[in-house]
Amino acid sequence: MSQLSRRNFLKLTGSSAALGTLSLSPIAQAQQESPSSPAGSTTLPYPRDVVAQLSELSVNQPVYFNYPDDRSPCVLIRKGREIKGGVGPDRDVVAYSTQCTHMGCPVNYDQEAETFKCPCHYSIFDPDNSGQMVIGHATESLPQIVLEYDEAEDALLAVSVNGLIYGRQANII
Amino acid sequence: MTQFKDRIPLPPADAQKTNMACHFCIVGCGYHVYKWPANQEGGRAADQNALGLDFTRQLPPMQITMTPAMVNQIQDHDGRQHNIMILPDKECSVNKGLSSTRGGQMASVMYSEKTPIGERRLKYPLAYSGDDWSETNWEHAMALYAGLTQRILDNDGPDQLYFNLFDHGGAGGGFENTWATGKLIFSGMQTKMVRIHNRPAYNSECHASRDMGVGELNNSYEDAEVCDVIFSIGGNSYETQSNWFLAHWEPNLRGSNVAKKREWFPDETVGKGKVILVDPRRTPTVAICETVAGKDNVLHLALQPGTDTALFNGLLTYVVDQGWQDQGFIDEHTSGFDEMLAANRMELDECSRITGVDRADIIKAAEWAYKPKASGHAPRAMHAYEKGVIWGNDNYRIQSAIVNLAVATHNVGRRGTGVVRMGGHQEGYTRPPYPGGRPAPYIDQELIKGNGMMLTVWACNAFQTTINAETYRQVIKRRAAIVNQALAEARGASTDELIDIVYDAVKNKGGLYIVDIDLYRTKFAEYSHLVLPATHPGEMNLTSMNGERRLRLSERFMDPPGIARPDWLIAANMANALKQRYEETGNVEMAERFAGFDWTTDEDAFNDGFRMAHEKEIDSQGGPTGHLATYERLRAAGNNGVQLPIKAYQDGKLVGTEMLYTDNNFDTDDGKAHFQPSPWNGFPEVIERQKEQYDFWINSGRTNQIWQSAYHDQHLAFRKGRYPMAPIEIHPQDADSLGIANGDIVEVYNDYGATTAMAYIEPDLKRGHVFMMFGYPNGVQGDVISEWTDRNHIPYYKGAWANLRRIGANPAYLRDVSFKRRRYS
Repeated sequence: MSQLSRRNFLKLTGSSAALGTLSLSPIAQAQQESPSSPAGSTTLPYPRDVVAQLSELSVNQPVYFNYPDDRSPCVLIRKGREIKGGVGPDRDVVAYSTQCTHMGCPVNYDQEAETFKCPCHYSIFDPDNSGQMVIGHATESLPQIVLEYDEAEDALLAVSVNGLIYGRQANII
Repeated sequence: MTQFKDRIPLPPADAQKTNMACHFCIVGCGYHVYKWPANQEGGRAADQNALGLDFTRQLPPMQITMTPAMVNQIQDHDGRQHNIMILPDKECSVNKGLSSTRGGQMASVMYSEKTPIGERRLKYPLAYSGDDWSETNWEHAMALYAGLTQRILDNDGPDQLYFNLFDHGGAGGGFENTWATGKLIFSGMQTKMVRIHNRPAYNSECHASRDMGVGELNNSYEDAEVCDVIFSIGGNSYETQSNWFLAHWEPNLRGSNVAKKREWFPDETVGKGKVILVDPRRTPTVAICETVAGKDNVLHLALQPGTDTALFNGLLTYVVDQGWQDQGFIDEHTSGFDEMLAANRMELDECSRITGVDRADIIKAAEWAYKPKASGHAPRAMHAYEKGVIWGNDNYRIQSAIVNLAVATHNVGRRGTGVVRMGGHQEGYTRPPYPGGRPAPYIDQELIKGNGMMLTVWACNAFQTTINAETYRQVIKRRAAIVNQALAEARGASTDELIDIVYDAVKNKGGLYIVDIDLYRTKFAEYSHLVLPATHPGEMNLTSMNGERRLRLSERFMDPPGIARPDWLIAANMANALKQRYEETGNVEMAERFAGFDWTTDEDAFNDGFRMAHEKEIDSQGGPTGHLATYERLRAAGNNGVQLPIKAYQDGKLVGTEMLYTDNNFDTDDGKAHFQPSPWNGFPEVIERQKEQYDFWINSGRTNQIWQSAYHDQHLAFRKGRYPMAPIEIHPQDADSLGIANGDIVEVYNDYGATTAMAYIEPDLKRGHVFMMFGYPNGVQGDVISEWTDRNHIPYYKGAWANLRRIGANPAYLRDVSFKRRRYS
């Protein structure tokens, strides 16, 4: 967990004791060196990171951040129209890992085509449709960063990931 | 597929590791299968997992492809649960560690009782009775099959036994399975009433090239790396031969192989590769080529549909007029050049008028591909063609025109050249000689006319993948229903009584008894009377060869579902049941025809066919040296296998052939390549009529995410979610004029039939052209294709004109499907 994300995690959970409650689930215990999950949970212990302030976003301008740790580059886009999986008051903000699910090359956001394009093997993904592969060589959609919107703080928070980030056995290392 | 989408199990360091050539396209990428007990997992440290990679940190790009689609949990017949992971092989010269979206999902399609697709697999033979199917056992199924076959053979002869039959490699094929089925059908039953999986007769897609003495797979994938020009004709290789394009074309077009070319051809002018693409459509491949090579190195000849023959005759004429042919080679190693040239001569203006290609672009293509280089050497031009030619306007004629040009310029038998088909499936042909003539009977039309009493559909599905498909389905369904009606009245009947009842229905009432052998209950199986569960690679040992004749063994690593059996074993079961019946009736001669199927292993079937072509009359892609390949030697050769024909077994290794015809000795009686006259002769009458009557050319073909008839893909959310219905690309102004928007359901209709497609607006389409995905379960493009074929009964799948009509929107398509552009640039 990066320093930033650890700080945000503590801030948003409101208690440093939260970290102390982490323990291995039966599944995780059986998996040597697998990431830990809170007891009674089958989900990974994703941090809750503030990744952007909504009011600072421009439509169709990508904003880059790391999640769930500083080795995992991601991008956030406000589309200016309601889209599938979008958050915020206009349901128009989405975020994705920028590592192509095929071989991990960084995908580029094409503002005109409104797609992510991988320069290595030419896969294309659609941010408006849960990262669906438009064409290409991946077997998975682009992992979508699950966002929440904190209206009081004008904050967009990353809270988990749908899909496996390239180059990892599990999203939480 | 795993339970969790954000983590996957790693194979422990001691996990079982076996070889697998991809199930699907011609390229046959190499993969490794890891298998280990489900209650174990490898650790994340590099020495704790079989991949040798350190997962305690983020891996950098290009290290691996490892996704949830590449793992699964299976259960063998002994009840033990295992995890499997199937990853691309970095040491395989074919794919160099790359996976495609099709091959990358192999683990997901292996049988697991825990997955939705696993639930769809056929596990037991199904027999139709009353008004439904019920599960049965192999003994009952074989008794029915053999009993009815024997009755028809004895009373009506072999020409009443019809087959729709695979002839390829990979899943649903392989040398073991083509041999077993061929031996049963051609040697045992001796019927000629057989069609191949994708066309309505038993023929070659490359008769013309073969008649000229040039086998259609005559170079290596490496030749695409070192050629000066790639001449792509009617292909879309980024989508359909993906890793051939990415691992071999792309580095050449990027300019990464100049040093290698200099090393291979030290006296020649060499540089970055160029590409000429012949296709009426600006395909995704064209767009990527422009991105990679730069527009100055890409020439897209967007000819009028169906005019390829004119284009290549025009090119040939121009090349000869410039003196760019290899006259020495023509004089010494070919025949018929002058007669061919006289017949095919077409001046540039005429060529441009017919094809719609600018005169300047025709000249540019000729200069790129055939004008001597600065060093004085002829360019090395690799010619590769596929379905735009094979399913084009007169297969035999177009292919002749292409091979004429390639041979005249000596672009065969030299490294960095070749005149090859790109390929669809992998190859895997070993059968006794086909007992029919040429042209072979047009099986679909014979069935439509009411002929044939029993039809066995083996690993294919013409309901989705034939021409004139709507009429074909209507007739099959009607004739099948006659048998259904008879079966419904057969309560309490013994097997022999059932055979009597069915025989009466097919002999006297116009019925057709249908047997379907497949992995799934396909659309065709829905109208069958006996459905037999088969296996695919991984559940059996299976050999195939790819588009550069590379033979590999895909090793069995798991049990098939239920009591499903490999095709070779099903064929052997049929033969043995027939042999037994004939022995019981004392018909020694007929019993002998079904002898020689006492195999117990996959390898037995391989040894009996592929490895016996030096002794028996067998048409085998392994040729007379196939016997040098044993399972043990192929296992040792791994995913690099050996390129056929095998030259020798030396120092513990199989030695193969990278390129054919390097000795200028061609596959003809006199060893010379034979030119063939192939003058342009316009369009068939039925097509001319359609062109006048309808507004749109209904081009058709593949998209990279869907394999073949979508037999797996229709059950996978990642695939079906992308294309819930066959997409149809349409120009935005055409869409506007018809009130069509993205995601709308559109009817495509003409005088042959009607089907539906999902509108996908694409500005790169020409006005008046649409492109519909072929062979899909939801939207069958073959419904609007005429029954016209070339002289060998090769269809003109690309030749359909029809009208479009908006039916309406489906909100779910709009919500769940991306309609973003599929062109990279």
